[in-house]
Amino acid sequence: MTSARVPDSELAPYWPTVEILTRRALVRLVRLPSVLIPMLVMPAFFAISFTGSFEGVTQVEAFPTDEFMNWIAAYAMVQGSIFAGIGSAGAMAQDLDNGFIDRLLVSPIRRSAIIVGPLMHTAIRALIPVTVVLLIGIVGGLDFPGGIAAVVMAYVAGIGAAIALGALGLAVVLHIGNIRAMAIVQVLAFGLMFPSIGQVPLSLMTGWLRAVARVNPATNVIRMARQGFIGDVSWADSWPGLLVITIAILWFGSWARWELEQRAP
Amino acid sequence: MTATIARPRRVVVVEQALILARRSVMNTWRQPASWIPSIIFPLMMAAIYSAQFERVTDLPQFPEVDSFLQFILPATILQGISFNAGEAGSALATDIETGFFDRLMTSPVGRQSVLIGRLAGAATFSALLAAVLMLVFLVFGAAPDGGLPSALAIVLIAAALSLSVGGISVAVALKTGSAEATQAVFPLTFIAIFVSSAFFPTELMSGWYQTAAEANPFTLIIDPTRRLAIEGFSFADLGQALFWVAVVGVFTLGLSYRAYLGRLRRA
Repeated sequence: MTSARVPDSELAPYWPTVEILTRRALVRLVRLPSVLIPMLVMPAFFAISFTGSFEGVTQVEAFPTDEFMNWIAAYAMVQGSIFAGIGSAGAMAQDLDNGFIDRLLVSPIRRSAIIVGPLMHTAIRALIPVTVVLLIGIVGGLDFPGGIAAVVMAYVAGIGAAIALGALGLAVVLHIGNIRAMAIVQVLAFGLMFPSIGQVPLSLMTGWLRAVARVNPATNVIRMARQGFIGDVSWADSWPGLLVITIAILWFGSWARWELEQRAP
Repeated sequence: MTATIARPRRVVVVEQALILARRSVMNTWRQPASWIPSIIFPLMMAAIYSAQFERVTDLPQFPEVDSFLQFILPATILQGISFNAGEAGSALATDIETGFFDRLMTSPVGRQSVLIGRLAGAATFSALLAAVLMLVFLVFGAAPDGGLPSALAIVLIAAALSLSVGGISVAVALKTGSAEATQAVFPLTFIAIFVSSAFFPTELMSGWYQTAAEANPFTLIIDPTRRLAIEGFSFADLGQALFWVAVVGVFTLGLSYRAYLGRLRRA
């Protein structure tokens, strides 16, 4: 017996399907405080503790700003967004474990919607850490020399990084097939963010870290998010970050789509 | 017919605790996924922070150190130990979930032996972990200035701290009987370590954060431990660190003992 392919005309409409999958994920987020609370607390912790612990580093000659909050806010936003992003991969892992994805794969919907839905959810989740850090920053003396463009670039970087890492997380989870994959995704996220210009500029780094941070793609994304808090927003500081995000989303998104196809009956 | 010689109860309790401690160490050793992160993660942070903050050591408020790596040595060890100490609670919660704890309760095992064995196992494993972390720092040229006495003192503090920190996770494990809930202690430990002098001297902090960091028990433990590493061995610093570990321990182990009694009543 061969499985019949459903004609495109009989498939459920694409964007309503994406909307339903996105809404389902958001409802889960609201109903589970154990998922929502870390998304609020972790970025706040990053912003407050990094500023409190390392503000003395601004006394080193040639540090780009006098207020460490101006430096660290972008890092806390992107870091928080990335964890929000990989959280959606965790939801996918649970859906794999409970068989929901298998049911979606045999239902008359376009399979890419199964990937795009969680990524839309990821984009919405990323608004939370960026907003939390902005509010803490305003209270803590964050400067906005870049004006409204500073805020826009922070949201673009946060949402972009969350979707990129969310897509990577989906690909890894679909490849491994269970919740244990999340440990790998978290290590990848930490491994990407720590050796970057997140906490100090390249000029302060020494040895291997300087070489790694210079070529780390996360450096470009953080630079894009940070530019408006320490100076003007410029195309020169924006396009490398936008390019990294675009390539990462296309690459990891295609990988996730391919992994999903391997699971289809 | 063979005659049995009754042995003092205390001897039996110690023997049983030793057997259970050995079981705890072997269990942990056989699950590398539970202890490898306690080595890798603190070492990764040490490697990155030493490359990020080396130039900060030139600031006048910074303590006199050979390198930032030497400054961060005690914090790295205590961080690894604190993470690993949480495993004592997780393993106990798993024993509760799988029913092993109940089987122990219905067997002729001394009630104290179960708790003592679990905590002694965690302390032993932590001492081994601290020695491994110390060796890695030695390889990278960040030896304690006090030589072997300082190194041994730091390992001793680490083992004692694992009892104190482990007491929290054991208390949660006994109270909830859930490994998932016990693992939630990990972020709290991470936050407590971060808001201390672990990674940066409190002299370079300011405002309420500085006040909070100075009052943090981890600071009170880490500062004398750090002096053992960067100034050399002194009984005063060892005593001060152990005193604050004991103060924390009285609180956390008291909580775990209370939770233990509560579970025994329910068993």
